Amino acid sequence: MTTTLPAYDEVVARYEPVIGLETHVELGTNTKMWCGCPTDFGGEPNTRVCPVCLGLPGSLPVANKAAIEAIIRIGLALNCSIAQWCRFARKNYFYPDMPKNFQISQYDEPICVDGYLDVEVGGETVRIEIERVHLEEDTGKTLHVGGATGRIHGATESLVDYNRAGIPLVEIVTKPVVGTGALAPEVAKAYVTELRDVIRTLGVSDVRMEEGSLRCDVNTSLNLPGQEWGTRTETKNVNSLRSVERAVRSEMLRQASVLDAGGRITQETRHFHEDTGDTTPGRSKETATDYRYFPEPDLVPVAPDPAWVAELKAALPELPRVHRRRLQQQWGLSDLDMQSVLNAGAVELIEATVAAGTTPAAARKWWLGELSRRANESGVELADIGATPAQVAELQGLVDAGKLNDKMARTVLEGVVDGEGSPTEIMTSRGLEVVSDTGALTAAVDEAIAANPGIADKIRSGKVAAVGALVGAVMKTTRGQADAKTLRELILERLGVQG
Amino acid sequence: MSSDLTRMTATEIAALVAGGETSAVEVTRAHLDRIAAVDEQVHAFLHVDTDGALAAARSVDERRAAGEELGPLAGVPVAVKDVLATRGVPTTVGSKILEGWRPPYDATIVQRLRDAGTVMLGKTNMDEFAMGSSTEYSAYGPTHNPWDLSRIPGGSGGGSAAALAAYEAPLAIGSDTGGSIRQPGAVTGTVGAKPTYGGTSRYGLVAFSSSLDTPGPCARTVLDAALLHQVIAGHDPRDSTSIPQPVPDVVAAAKLGATGDLTGVRLGIVSEFVGEGAEPGVMAAFRESVDALTKMGAEVVEISCPTFSYALPAYYLIAPSECSSNLARFDGVRFGLRVGDDGNRSLEEVMSLTREAGFGPEVKRRIMLGTYALSSGYYDAYYGQAQKVRTLITRDFTAAFERVDALISPTTPFTAFPIGARTADPYQMYLADLFTIPTNLYGGPGISVPCGLSEGLPVGLQVMAPTMADDRMYRVAAALESAVGTFTPPAL
Repeated sequence: MTTTLPAYDEVVARYEPVIGLETHVELGTNTKMWCGCPTDFGGEPNTRVCPVCLGLPGSLPVANKAAIEAIIRIGLALNCSIAQWCRFARKNYFYPDMPKNFQISQYDEPICVDGYLDVEVGGETVRIEIERVHLEEDTGKTLHVGGATGRIHGATESLVDYNRAGIPLVEIVTKPVVGTGALAPEVAKAYVTELRDVIRTLGVSDVRMEEGSLRCDVNTSLNLPGQEWGTRTETKNVNSLRSVERAVRSEMLRQASVLDAGGRITQETRHFHEDTGDTTPGRSKETATDYRYFPEPDLVPVAPDPAWVAELKAALPELPRVHRRRLQQQWGLSDLDMQSVLNAGAVELIEATVAAGTTPAAARKWWLGELSRRANESGVELADIGATPAQVAELQGLVDAGKLNDKMARTVLEGVVDGEGSPTEIMTSRGLEVVSDTGALTAAVDEAIAANPGIADKIRSGKVAAVGALVGAVMKTTRGQADAKTLRELILERLGVQG
Repeated sequence: MSSDLTRMTATEIAALVAGGETSAVEVTRAHLDRIAAVDEQVHAFLHVDTDGALAAARSVDERRAAGEELGPLAGVPVAVKDVLATRGVPTTVGSKILEGWRPPYDATIVQRLRDAGTVMLGKTNMDEFAMGSSTEYSAYGPTHNPWDLSRIPGGSGGGSAAALAAYEAPLAIGSDTGGSIRQPGAVTGTVGAKPTYGGTSRYGLVAFSSSLDTPGPCARTVLDAALLHQVIAGHDPRDSTSIPQPVPDVVAAAKLGATGDLTGVRLGIVSEFVGEGAEPGVMAAFRESVDALTKMGAEVVEISCPTFSYALPAYYLIAPSECSSNLARFDGVRFGLRVGDDGNRSLEEVMSLTREAGFGPEVKRRIMLGTYALSSGYYDAYYGQAQKVRTLITRDFTAAFERVDALISPTTPFTAFPIGARTADPYQMYLADLFTIPTNLYGGPGISVPCGLSEGLPVGLQVMAPTMADDRMYRVAAALESAVGTFTPPAL
């Protein structure tokens, strides 16, 4: 790309973005959508297969009730109406990772329709409308061997692994999101984040983007204010929350530069590249494939009993938004403080740390301070930093017990992040315990008094503030392993001065 | 003794085996010998599983010797249409595209046959993917009608019907999508029953048209068909469209019918099927049978089902549409034939060459028809419209069954035609199923029972009953059989 991209501020000043998100969630059911094969990730290729998920002649699908229950719960959590009667449909196209050369999906009768999800961006609530939520089966995976790119071009062999074929997949499609202006990339990220949290709360998927159990396609278009929506592109291969934001931003910039130069946007699929942060064209969608959808004749219609749906609705867990509001109150945080907790992705981490016995303030201090700093430096999500809430709670426990001071605690935390073990183990292995043996400490204090007679006199004569210098001196000789407060009291006591 | 065993009904064979008067192995040998003697002329079988059959027979004999309680058909040989997956035994669906494929699993029906102690002799010939009415579209050559070897045995299940008529097997399994059990039954003078859709499991039945395909029993007598029906029918959790209800007692119904008393039974002749559509000889045999039914006490009326005239066109949109999707999996990637994989061709080319070489002309014709009918912009006019017709046909059936217990008609408009007579014009071939197709679109049961001869060739009468009232058709069929008897073809 030789074109110089325009500045983002200028782009959003000139154009209005419209975005739309299609999210695929692999359900965490024990068995596949149409057969009894296990769904766990990994495993030797083609070991979790049977006649049904291999599409062998004569085999037939039987719908997984747990998957139907899971999608209804997702629909309810997203404020959707649940269809009283709907059918699966066949989406026909030839591809070797599709055992039957058709995918069992849903077409004009999705099981959940017309919902919404509220997300918070910059202190504002944005309502993202959900068009549909439907159930389908995942495909196998194709591996192209022998080429330079790993793509089919230039490959000498193509291998197919059907372990993933038939795993239940939920597709969640938003209505076009308009009017978010410069915030569009953030709104996209906030939506996927909130969606992930909702689904995780429901316990129906592990929603891990890096393992592909949560996948997101981002549709983006730009239009001039007051004019019709522009041609959209669909960006695939967006594999992290951060990438969702980057992909929208990058596509907005690219489209603006094309439009600025008088060009037109091609309706196409584009691939996002994590390393460069930009998108490149995939297959063109202008010659639309005719999928020849028709109702799946091998399955009976899904007609969930309204009483059952009502039961599922009543049993929904507290959803993240409500949960967060309750936590904010319990933790006594201002909206602004809560926002920074959210931005850092620290809600659940702090919550778990508090649950392990730490005060909210201390938990927040560690996760938003030292740990967030480390996460930013190494460019990972806070949750993946390597420290667990239990470890943070243990660390704070050591501080509260007077065994570590603040500076030492930070050193121990470094060790935790670097995987050296538990805080207690690191404290021992790094020899970082507060000197609490009064005999040794008293000796060190007496030594410091003897070495600094002038300062000692000052203190004796009432200038208590000068005690700091002696505290510093003792800290130096004990290599910081003393509790400053205890030390101060001890010095005053040895000098016969009332604190 | 050998020839005697092959002339017996399944009921008789089972009784001899159960009584220890003969062994399952002896019965099986007799039938294998018969196949060896006549199948070169008939070509009912695509694969004879000699070793498997003898092993199954030995197992039955051992279990009997050990004093185990065996089912009513234990030790009886059965021929299975090559449309059902049989573990380790070649399953081709009459197509080159599956040549050499040995499924790693058994169809539910095949499993039930094994559990019941029947002995599978082998796999029978059929029109490729069950698309045809003469077995001429088998990729492995036609089957010949034992009544006249120059004529067709019907289709698609011509192999199963011919095996019965040639005394190669006393029982056979067929599948009926538009008449593929009943029409071969009619033209070979045997009994063929299409159960209620969902009454027999489709798991392991290589799909042609999922919403119509129904596996069912074929036999030389109504009681034998009922016994086989009882063994294979019933709910199967592996087939979502299988009906979770008890199987109607078809055996009791067949026995009741055999008493020759139809007092209180109301039968309706489908007006649309007794007009000019059927051959005079077929109509003559049919009329005589109606008289016989009346004499046994049945009350017979004529009932008009006007929408039945639209059944054939609706069927030729629905079945090809479903088949165009069902047959997509035959692409050379995972099983069966693969053509052109020389390292220089793209995946798409290999798929395309495989399908070009592996499918025969009738299969290709129907895939193209169905692909077109489902295409965006045509869906409503074709597939959608055909589904509406299907609903109307169901309404005609429902209305008729408010007035009568069962409907009757000739099974097929014409008797067995000479091989090659109708292959030039697909429509002429499609007409063979004119009277059987409405039942498939409705989903109810239908049976063809021999009712007479026309110019020395068998004619069948069809009895159609409401869904899950399969017992009714067995009663009527068994009564007719008791009146007109069974029909034996000339010696081969």
